[in-house]
Amino acid sequence: MNQPGIELREVVKRHGSTVAVDHLSFSVRRGEFFSILGPSGSGKTTTLRLIAGFEHPDQGDILIDGQSLRDVPPNLRPVNMVFQHYALFPHLTVSGNIAFGLEMRGIVRAEIRSRVSTALDMVRLAGMGDRLPAQLSGGEQQRVALARALVNRPAVLLLDEPLGALDQQLRQEMQVELKTIQEQVGLTFICVTHHQEEALTMSDRVAVMDHGRVLQVGAPQEIYTAPASLFVAEFIGLSNRLDGRIAAVEGTRCRIEAPGLPIIQADAPAGAGPGRAVSVVLRPERLHMSQQAAPNGFDNVVPARVAKAVYNGHEMQYQLRIDERLLWTVRVPNADGGQKRFLPGDTVSVRWNADESVVLAQ
Amino acid sequence: MKGPAWRRRGLLAASLGNLFFLYLPIAVLIVYSFNAAKLAMTWQGFSLQWYAALARDHALIVACQNSVLIALVSTGVATLLGVSAAIGLERLPWRLRAWLDGALLLPLVIPEIMMGVALLLFFVLIKLPLGLLTVTIGHAAFNLPVVMVIVRARLRKLDPQLEEAARDLGATPWQAFRRVTLPLLMPAIVGAALLAFTVSLDDFVVTFFTAGPGATTLPLKVYSMIKTGISPEINALSAMLVVASMGLVALSLAVQRRRIFTH
Amino acid sequence: MTGSLASRAGVRQAGWLLAPALVWMGLFFVLPLLIVLLISFASRGAYGGVEWTFTLVNYRDLADPLYLWIYLRSCAFALATTGLCLCLGFPLAYYIARAPARWQGLWLMLVLVPFWTNFLVRTYAWMNVLRADGLLNRLLIATGFISEPVEILYTDLAVLIGLVYGYLPFMVLPLYAALERIDRSLIEAARDLYASGWTVFTRVIVPLAKPGIIAGCLLVFIPSLGAYITPDLLGGARSMMIGNFIQHEYLVVRDWPLGSAASFVLMAMVLVGMWGYQRTGGERPL
Repeated sequence: MNQPGIELREVVKRHGSTVAVDHLSFSVRRGEFFSILGPSGSGKTTTLRLIAGFEHPDQGDILIDGQSLRDVPPNLRPVNMVFQHYALFPHLTVSGNIAFGLEMRGIVRAEIRSRVSTALDMVRLAGMGDRLPAQLSGGEQQRVALARALVNRPAVLLLDEPLGALDQQLRQEMQVELKTIQEQVGLTFICVTHHQEEALTMSDRVAVMDHGRVLQVGAPQEIYTAPASLFVAEFIGLSNRLDGRIAAVEGTRCRIEAPGLPIIQADAPAGAGPGRAVSVVLRPERLHMSQQAAPNGFDNVVPARVAKAVYNGHEMQYQLRIDERLLWTVRVPNADGGQKRFLPGDTVSVRWNADESVVLAQ
Repeated sequence: MKGPAWRRRGLLAASLGNLFFLYLPIAVLIVYSFNAAKLAMTWQGFSLQWYAALARDHALIVACQNSVLIALVSTGVATLLGVSAAIGLERLPWRLRAWLDGALLLPLVIPEIMMGVALLLFFVLIKLPLGLLTVTIGHAAFNLPVVMVIVRARLRKLDPQLEEAARDLGATPWQAFRRVTLPLLMPAIVGAALLAFTVSLDDFVVTFFTAGPGATTLPLKVYSMIKTGISPEINALSAMLVVASMGLVALSLAVQRRRIFTH
Repeated sequence: MTGSLASRAGVRQAGWLLAPALVWMGLFFVLPLLIVLLISFASRGAYGGVEWTFTLVNYRDLADPLYLWIYLRSCAFALATTGLCLCLGFPLAYYIARAPARWQGLWLMLVLVPFWTNFLVRTYAWMNVLRADGLLNRLLIATGFISEPVEILYTDLAVLIGLVYGYLPFMVLPLYAALERIDRSLIEAARDLYASGWTVFTRVIVPLAKPGIIAGCLLVFIPSLGAYITPDLLGGARSMMIGNFIQHEYLVVRDWPLGSAASFVLMAMVLVGMWGYQRTGGERPL
């Protein structure tokens, strides 16, 4: 299984004078759930449309199982898509929609019937086959769109913001369901989303895209804990940022000075040298708050003033003023029933260990 | 809050007044078509004699046949060319499309009389004898943009991703059109054809200029009857035309009601 | 299919789909109009034919006070018709737009049925009502307003009534479409912000309905300006409008060049109106 299921090689796509996709290369393994995450306008939807064949690359090539797709029209590609707004055929019933692809391929009627009903069962819509799309809820329409694509057993299933039109609760349910179905059918999924939680929850690997380029590809945990760039760090999850300059490098550690703050200890980034401008990125849940000023075993201690305390049910979220310039967010789980331990105006110290931050070049 | 109540009543009164204005002459027409009197507007008893007189009027029957023939052929041509053009237009790069959109609007706003005289001059200059053919050509020319505009409005409302979805599911471009786009366009096409048919049946001005003596249509016949003076026969004929148009409206509404797939 | 599927092959295909319609419209619309334009610069032959010389004399002739008067009258008729249709149509359209959804269809159908009736028949129907021994005179005499029948048919008033009657649905439909789109909560919000009923009307409803008002006015103004049947049947000898003038020049006087010039001036007036409409940022009227 070393051969990739699908591979993009140096793909370039221009829309007029703007470059939508800029020398894009990545490969997705067979049976993998791969997400492309990025802000709107990052080129992720164009990437999907290039794979589906609705747009043609200006340069580069796309291969499935080693075969170039360059001259293959969309109807002959072993690829099916779940459209962002589902694009269900309004004049066909649910069954008619699901059967469409099979009919186009000339599959015999008896087999179509059995495959459609299996697909309906899989997405838990058994008995709804005779309804029209307009008679379904958003979540049901979403599942029909999924069944319509899955029933063709494509080599790659493309999902364009598949949960984008659903409300928060349904979205969370469907995240789990999509992942379950994907594991069940064992197909390659490529999912485009701007919703980071979605990408992290469902995917085996995530590619973060911006301005038509892939900035980082990796497992969700890797992307979150070891972002390769400031953009990735700030796009995924909440992060606090501290800009400074490397004062000294000592083995794997470095010392960073930032105006108005004590010297910060952090893991040294690769190739870092003294004098380099860097940003220290800190996740809100990795920071510890205390009323005591003593380090108590932590590598770093920074004084702060509580600006705001927000009760969130499962956690407390504090906004802290650091040196009157920076505003940091700290999350403290409400494991003990959630009293407000700190009040606005309190003076506190924020502490963390060197390996709990990430240092990135500016 | 006395405001809304009297305002609503005032609006209702104004609306009913409008309807009275719209229906009064038609009602008078229908009532008097059953009047036994020859000339006077006084009521002299119920009679169907004017309808009987119509049935005996051979020229009238020929005019009816001409009208239906012209309407059928011109609607067919206009629908075929109009639908094809609407689909073609949708596939053009937008700059060309915007330009053509504007150009094709022109026939819709040009005064009928202008179109009538222009066609008359054209037919005379190319020495095509005026008759059923010239009328039909003219009708197709003013109905084509009508069909196109209606079908295009519907096409523009179609989600372009539907056709992409069909292609993604293995349909060739023709299959995608045949199985997805065409069924979704059908209500608009039928509606446009019905409208074109009615407009053609009703047209007077363009017909008047392009018909010549041999091709009298129903409106031309009605016109010449009116010009020779008000008679109960015209009342009867008009009443029948009113009922016929209502039938067409009902038909087109029935077609529209079947548009279950419009969002 | 707007993406890259509309490739070069797509454009070629579009060309084939468009070609028949373009040929038809080129032959039977553009070419005839060009001929009219050409003839409007020619001069009249001795026996009613056309002599192909280039001259502006036809356009100069149109400046004759007699003809100018016809154009002014037509504009006045068209403006009055538009104004009356707006006054009559607005309350109706507003009422329909605010009626319960299930009644709206019925009301619209009631407005549309007369509109689908043959224009000649509709115009003729008024002759029955307006003539000296017609319903209106009888009614006026019976109620004691007048003692002798007054001549209404074959007057300017009759033409105006006929025009308003003929084009009222053209006003109601776009007005309704615009008014129906107005969110009720906007009116409530305006009331909440201290607006009186009248202020709501002038500051919220009218501005929001503006596209519909402009479209409706245009849809009434354009055909009234070129009206032919209504003044022909309902008007008197002196009620001539541009349409009748053009017909008269072509078919009676057989002065084709003057008739052509007259119809081009009419068309120019219509196009200027359309152009003004597009400049106000209005949507297409259809």
